[in-house]
Amino acid sequence: MSSTLALEVSQLRVVRQHNEILKSLSFDVAAGELVGLLGPSGSGKSTLMRSLLGVQAITSGSAVILGENAGSPALRRRIGYMAQGSAIYTDLSVSENLAYFAGVLGVDRSRVHHVLEVVNLRALAARLVSSLSGGERSRVSLAVAMLGAPPLLILDEPTVGLDPVLRQDLWNTFTQLASNGTAVLVSSHVMDEAARCARLLLLREGHLLFDDTPAQLLSRTGAGDYDDAFVRLIKGAP
Amino acid sequence: MSLRRTALTMRRIMQQLRHDPRTIVLLLVVPSALVGLLAWSLQNRPGDFDQFGPRLLGIFPLTVMFLVTSVTTLRERTNATLERLLTMPLAKAELILGYAGAFGLVAVVQSALVSTLSYTWFGLSHQGVPWRVSLVALCAGLLGTSFGLALSALATTEFQAVQFMPAFILPQLLLCGLIVPLAQLPDALRYVADVVPMSAAVHAITPGQSRTYYVEQFAIMLGYIGAALMVGSTTLGRRTK
Ligand SMILES: Nc1ncnc2c1ncn2[C@@H]1O[C@H](COP(=O)(O)OP(=O)(O)OP(=O)(O)O)[C@@H](O)[C@H]1O
Ligand SMILES: [Mg+2]
Repeated sequence: MSSTLALEVSQLRVVRQHNEILKSLSFDVAAGELVGLLGPSGSGKSTLMRSLLGVQAITSGSAVILGENAGSPALRRRIGYMAQGSAIYTDLSVSENLAYFAGVLGVDRSRVHHVLEVVNLRALAARLVSSLSGGERSRVSLAVAMLGAPPLLILDEPTVGLDPVLRQDLWNTFTQLASNGTAVLVSSHVMDEAARCARLLLLREGHLLFDDTPAQLLSRTGAGDYDDAFVRLIKGAP
Repeated sequence: MSLRRTALTMRRIMQQLRHDPRTIVLLLVVPSALVGLLAWSLQNRPGDFDQFGPRLLGIFPLTVMFLVTSVTTLRERTNATLERLLTMPLAKAELILGYAGAFGLVAVVQSALVSTLSYTWFGLSHQGVPWRVSLVALCAGLLGTSFGLALSALATTEFQAVQFMPAFILPQLLLCGLIVPLAQLPDALRYVADVVPMSAAVHAITPGQSRTYYVEQFAIMLGYIGAALMVGSTTLGRRTK
């Protein structure tokens, strides 16, 4: 049944300004899966996420999300997206931002309190976003992504600039969301935290180099730790 | 189309303005001060302020709202909140009308202040009906907002957006009859002058015309507003190539 699949990507190609950014990617993600998307800077992680959201035009191939084609209007309340860079209003307070997005999504105001709790920002609710630190801003952005309790979360480097305690908390949140049936696709540069995913996708120059469990990544590359495994895979494969 | 989401968007834009008191002050004080300066400079030429003052009441909202809207929407584009909104159940029309509503409201407040000051302190004795002057100011504000929305898609930086102001506004200022009466313009220019949006605003303020003439001028303005809003919503692309 395709209804249990959150993502079905098949031979997805994206060409931007005559550059082939994504080269025929194929993979599926099931509901309840926590998937880490890794790859060097410029490998196409953000482009892949944006094509799944329908804000990046697909050149060929297909991306079916929760049974609908990428970009279909029916998906607009069913995907929570956190872009790289915060994508929130810096001239509004934290709670004004959340209240506006909650209104657009048509979700209850109680969700605002809930997501603020999850990202540990309750104390800063009244502060203007322009007065927040980078890590605090990205937590506001993450809170917006989680507002609608969507069945699919697409998070582009959500833990960048956060301290280890907070990163751990957020990864616990992602794991918990996944165990409740949410499909979570998270891009990251930090190998050790990505290893908390049940499954890793590794992109290099728009190719999918690896799609398996973190344990497999270690055994296949023969590396001692995840950073080393990443380097070996990126440098090693032809 | 949901009225609720349009109203929410309008409120959000007003909240953004509220956190920026300096902009509010500039929006309200600058046009009033300029009209006051004009009144003062024409003190020794009786009758001239009555002739030129009201026209400025149509020109200011257009100029100011154009600038404010194009910079605000550009900011929404560059900080990716637009992309985020477009992945949510917000229709483009709701966003566009939210902007038009919020800045239209600002235009009304702005013009109410300028015209009150003009008729009292600056000593304007204009035959025009005050409610028509206010209506022109509102339409002119909406003209500025709708063109700002439409043209901001052409700008990729705030620097460019600011440059659109002279490119869009100054030619109209030269042709709207403020500097050279329309009848004295060369033929080719007169045809252009007759149809630029700012002319309609200036014409609609000119006293002593027939009722149909005024209706026509308002119709021209509304036509431009509608067309520009439509262009604006097509330039709000949901997906990038
Ligand atoms: N507007 C654009 N036009 C053309 N090419 C672009 C554009 N934006 C990005 N690219 C290219 O697309 C490729 C993939 O970019 P993308 O942002 O998806 O990488 P990424 O894996 O997310 O990198 P990072 O880890 O640094 O965020 C890069 O080579 C980049 O130069
Ligand atoms: Mg990226």
